[in-house]
Amino acid sequence: MRSLEEHLGDFDARRVRLVAISVDSPETNRDLCREQGYTFSFLSDTNAEAIRRYDLLHAGAGPGGKDVARPAEFLIDSSGTVRWVNLTESLAVRARPGQILRAVDDLGLASSRL
Amino acid sequence: MKRRWNLSIWLGFVVILSALFTYLPVFVRFPATRDFPWATLLLFAAGLALIARGLARAYREPHLYRGKVAGLILGGLGLALIGFFCLGVFHFARQVPPSTGAPGVGQKAPDFALLDKDGKRVTLSGLLAAGAGTSDRINGVVLVFYRGYW
Repeated sequence: MRSLEEHLGDFDARRVRLVAISVDSPETNRDLCREQGYTFSFLSDTNAEAIRRYDLLHAGAGPGGKDVARPAEFLIDSSGTVRWVNLTESLAVRARPGQILRAVDDLGLASSRL
Repeated sequence: MKRRWNLSIWLGFVVILSALFTYLPVFVRFPATRDFPWATLLLFAAGLALIARGLARAYREPHLYRGKVAGLILGGLGLALIGFFCLGVFHFARQVPPSTGAPGVGQKAPDFALLDKDGKRVTLSGLLAAGAGTSDRINGVVLVFYRGYW
């Protein structure tokens, strides 16, 4: 998340919005953004509805056996079509901002602006 | 003659401990040392080498150096800690669901309506439609799903 925040200018320049989603409540997300200085969107999926719809439920993997999302990143174009997906096989490995930005550029999603 | 403290053993154990406790606050922050924890593994190797050096000294020159027992205990403990770390990083961190039903490239992204941190309702379709038809239109959205409970 920190590295994404550091590259926010690069995403803004390409008119690509960053949206983080987890089962955390809006209050938790507000605290997180205040403490860590994150300025992009954080959405609350407390009932794991969107998480289920994207088949990302990691049942019982949270504290106290609560359901959480398994980490994943999706790049969606303005028509609502998925253009790039990263489903990590290890919790320790996430998509790097450079990887996502390269996908945006390689797919020509922001070509009208560059 | 008084035997000398076998500093190498204790130093090695401290190096292993510090490798373990710096992984989360330091190395996880940088993708280069997180995706594969080579920095932590290198520190582990250095710690083990120091303990091995100390043990060799203690057994080869027991009249000069202490640390036969301490070396074995700290060496075993060090190995156990390293095993614990490797189990976590290389086994438990990989226990993620396969997500075979996740939308793939070329598929429509399922819409959703979720609350943002200010309690405002946000939909994917709404995000994508922002600025439509103007020069401010959005070129895309990156959804970053994460575990939460921070």
